[in-house]
Amino acid sequence: MSHWIIAPVVLPAMMAPLIGYVMRHDIVLARVASAASTVALFIIALGLAVWAADGGTHVYRLGDWPAPFGIVLVLDRLSAMMVLLTATLALIVLWHSIATGWDAKGRHFHALYQFQLMGICGAFLTGDAFNLFVFFEVLLIASYGLMVHSGGKVRMQAGLQYVVMNLAGSTLFLFALGTMYATTGTLNMADLAVKVPQIAAEDSGMVRVAAVLLLIVFMIKAALFPVQFWLPGTYSNAPAPVAALFAIMTKVGAYAIIRLHTLAFHPGAEPTKDVVTTWLFPAAMVTLALGALGVLAAKRLMPLLSFSVIGSMGTMMLAVAPVDPYATETALYYLVHSTFSAAALFLLADLVVSRRGSDVLDARPPVVQNGLFAALFFAAAIAMAGMPPLSGFLGKLLILDALREPELMPWAWTGILVGSLVTIVGFARAGSMIFWKSTSVKLPEGTEPIQSDPPPAPARGTEVAPVMMLLALLVGLAVLAGPATGYMRAAANQLFEPSGYIDSVLAPVEKPEKAEVDPPLDAADPHAEEEH
Amino acid sequence: MELLVASAIGVLTAGGVYLILRLRAFPVILGLSLLSYAVNIFLVSTGRLAINAPPILNKYADVSYTDPLPQALVLTAIVISFGMTAVLVMFTLGAYLEAGDDTIDMTATEEKDDAA
Repeated sequence: MSHWIIAPVVLPAMMAPLIGYVMRHDIVLARVASAASTVALFIIALGLAVWAADGGTHVYRLGDWPAPFGIVLVLDRLSAMMVLLTATLALIVLWHSIATGWDAKGRHFHALYQFQLMGICGAFLTGDAFNLFVFFEVLLIASYGLMVHSGGKVRMQAGLQYVVMNLAGSTLFLFALGTMYATTGTLNMADLAVKVPQIAAEDSGMVRVAAVLLLIVFMIKAALFPVQFWLPGTYSNAPAPVAALFAIMTKVGAYAIIRLHTLAFHPGAEPTKDVVTTWLFPAAMVTLALGALGVLAAKRLMPLLSFSVIGSMGTMMLAVAPVDPYATETALYYLVHSTFSAAALFLLADLVVSRRGSDVLDARPPVVQNGLFAALFFAAAIAMAGMPPLSGFLGKLLILDALREPELMPWAWTGILVGSLVTIVGFARAGSMIFWKSTSVKLPEGTEPIQSDPPPAPARGTEVAPVMMLLALLVGLAVLAGPATGYMRAAANQLFEPSGYIDSVLAPVEKPEKAEVDPPLDAADPHAEEEH
Repeated sequence: MELLVASAIGVLTAGGVYLILRLRAFPVILGLSLLSYAVNIFLVSTGRLAINAPPILNKYADVSYTDPLPQALVLTAIVISFGMTAVLVMFTLGAYLEAGDDTIDMTATEEKDDAA
């Protein structure tokens, strides 16, 4: 049992209060501490991913209590991959927020940022359903703070909606967990995988209710129809770097669906076997259509990007819905891709909008470095829309390949292909409006161009670097698609062989050889009496 | 006993859902509180209703005991929902002071104002 498994939770949890209390008046110190912590998290995550690549399921028992009585953290290929994805994204987004000064526009950015990382990493690592709820709350409460960072009227109102929505979702989560515990008597995921198939037929209705409730809760997090409506308001009103970090938050919901429906409610479990296949596929189809139409209809840049995130979640969940190893492998590849491409778009939009003054899609004079931003937007939009040569194309191709079942194929192929076309049109319209039409804007005769005071500074290299790094990662994901999908294939196969997970978690704890070290209790007693 | 607890959960949930669907912040806060009370009672009842039974095993006498796990769960849930309600109140105050009214929904004109 290695203590490194809990490090991605403990490290940010220690750093956050330290930054919040000790360094709150010194932004430079807070930046250094936050960056150091995130770099360390990245290194740990890299180490864990290498370690998990051996194919084993590594279990960390908190307090050394044996599962299912104690809480366990579980590291396998999937959770290691998700933690590494979180740490990579966090590092790049943190760089952007420090370079652009977003973190200094309000208080406690870095403390909240670390708490957010703690919650996300914990949610990916935990092997206990109630513990998953707790980590969801940790990441949510940090995200509330980040969402309204630097304040403002509309942002506060959007933040209020976000909080209310998620509190209702948390209550639903608790109802689901209560139902699950009342029926199965356990909340440990591995133990659930053992208990759920044994449920008597007359009680199976309750398990189905709990499974569907949990599915709804995770669909809220993953922004799937019909509970996707919180996402555009939240993402488009949050500070742009926070919206970029939130790109991983929708994936937490997707991860929870993948994890629970391959483990606790795995396809072989009679009571819950068709929950996901029945509900998730149509929900993902509608989500995809909504996302594409939203991209086409958006009048402002930030909502446009938010709807493109919804569309990419729909595409990804189409591949989760069949619950089979190959489809899950393609979903994981698309998950990594869509996280990075959404983050790249939000960070780039921040650079453009902060210079342009508004994200409304209308013709106004070009910003400084119009060419550079146009090129970056072109690349990021290509990635998001799924055009070659970036990884979005490969991701969508893999998903199309995975969805060949006769009853799914016509819907899925039409949805993904038409959705991609509509998304391309939407992005092309936005890009040409912001970057091309702006160069031909004619001011009325005799009026001076309105110059803000001081005029917006050109982006420094350090400000553009995070976007470039994300795009480089997308290129890398496309070039190294073979090794990447190889890892994901192994991860998916591990998910669909749940016996390894269950056996590792429920393995009896080896008793430490303490008897020889500690004197027997009887022998110690006379000694104790003498002292009295 | 069962009827009382079950109808308490039902009434609290119904009231909570009704209040959440209001458009003003104060009823929504009350509704979320009612919902969290409902879920707390629900969680207690998931360990089966047992009265006057300790949540620990007694190895000296064969007395009945009640499941301790839901009690631990409900304690966690109470702490979290209490903290969340406090955060929500602060958010509502912030939004009220910024916007001048306590409606939850954002009208299209407000978004346009901000964009312009």
